[in-house]
Amino acid sequence: MNEALLRSLTPSVLAVLVRRGADFAAAEDAVQDALVEALRVWPADPPRDAKGWLVTVAWRKFLDATRADVARRRREDRVDEEPAPGPAPGADDTLQLYFLCAHPSLTPSSAVALTLRAVGGLTTRQIAQAYLVPEATMAQRISRAKRTVSDVRFDQPGDVATVLRVLYLVFNEGYSGDVDLAAEAIRLTRQLAAAIDHPEVAGLLALMLLHHARRAARTAPDGSLVPLAEQDRGRWDTALIAEGVGILQAALARDRLGEFQAQAAIAALHADAPTAAETDWVQIVEWYDELTRLTDSPVVRLNRAVAVGEADGPRAGLAALAALDDSLPRHTAVAAYLHERDGDLATAARLYAEAAQKAPNLAERGHLTRQAARLNARRGG
Amino acid sequence: MAKYLLLKHYRGAPAPVNNVPMDQWSPEEISAHMQYMNDFAARLEKTGEFVDGQALAPEGAWVRYDGEGRPPVTDGPFAETKDLIAGWMIIDVDSYERAVELAGELSAAPGAGGKPIHEWLELRPFYGVTPTITE
Repeated sequence: MNEALLRSLTPSVLAVLVRRGADFAAAEDAVQDALVEALRVWPADPPRDAKGWLVTVAWRKFLDATRADVARRRREDRVDEEPAPGPAPGADDTLQLYFLCAHPSLTPSSAVALTLRAVGGLTTRQIAQAYLVPEATMAQRISRAKRTVSDVRFDQPGDVATVLRVLYLVFNEGYSGDVDLAAEAIRLTRQLAAAIDHPEVAGLLALMLLHHARRAARTAPDGSLVPLAEQDRGRWDTALIAEGVGILQAALARDRLGEFQAQAAIAALHADAPTAAETDWVQIVEWYDELTRLTDSPVVRLNRAVAVGEADGPRAGLAALAALDDSLPRHTAVAAYLHERDGDLATAARLYAEAAQKAPNLAERGHLTRQAARLNARRGG
Repeated sequence: MAKYLLLKHYRGAPAPVNNVPMDQWSPEEISAHMQYMNDFAARLEKTGEFVDGQALAPEGAWVRYDGEGRPPVTDGPFAETKDLIAGWMIIDVDSYERAVELAGELSAAPGAGGKPIHEWLELRPFYGVTPTITE
């Protein structure tokens, strides 16, 4: 069975139900039920018209749930069995779903969960497994999110920036379980790019593709991190890079720069270098200056210090670093790296060990500990 | 989206405010305490923040490898009552501030006289995911 097809149909099926007058929360439940049934029934008995099948089953589920609800409340209101005629759903409906699921009243984790279910067509179980929480917890998170947006009108225009932040989170902060969240984020961003013409949507898509292209080279067989400079560039996916660069160039040509386009531009410059030594660090620093102007983020300034260290030498990098708050995440790791480049191995080894203690994840802790051990062995030997 | 462990143990923490051992509470006070813990977990499940909650039996042993082909060595227990790990709760929340808020609520579980115990809970972050985009 084509699960990708099933998932790609989700937003349009949901939109049909909402257009017929179902409220979002009930319609979303009904579509989820239909998806679960499709996963069960389709392998043995695939429908000829997948979308038609889903709409029929979801609508029936919706009516069943509404009837049960009505019966429970002992109401005698008649439920219309015939769907009300409405305009044909299209790209606009999909876009509205993205806006609703990333509504600013939702917390980031709720927006992520709701987007993956209502737009992505993942089951609650899959989302729970992807984020390592019990299924019951994820079910509650999603129904709570739906209650939070229950008063939001479906046709209300939203802010693309909030949607992009949610998709970025899905791409960048997912565990690697059965569901490939990075691939899912790319699929959802492609779908968004088809629904709205916006240079930052293109910028985020390019950014994702350019980073996804390096995935195979980013980890060693033992699972440890391979830094960008040491990656086997022959293992980068050149087709993804070409696609990302093409999308980015078209976006930049429209002269409406945003943070995702600037980040993608930096990723593109890395992708463009045949070897780490041939990286155009001067241009990368210029893009970090743009990014600083756009976001004023301390994390960007930290990354800029690394780039300055490559472009103008480690002393210049350390000078840029000195201007930043040393409580920033990864500040110590950057300091260790720049001191090593500057030839001060004792300081670098001490800082790598200190940075390992503060690492936000196991892979980085392992990497930084190995850096410290490597320098200590060299100094001792 | 970060996971935290709320660990209930007595290693190195100052004494709680309402520091009466549980065996000196009334049965009703013990029931009220249990009810509070259950309600707390149920509420976290409703907010979509609950991951796990477990209590540990006090008896334990030390175990270590003793070489190829030999059974593991067991010893102990050596732990004093005050060193025991009593249990934990794991939460999945949007911020460190939220984790602190919830730990504070859990620490307010009622003890002797129906008053909050104010016990110290250790709050520890889990290692997170390795982000794709770092440069």
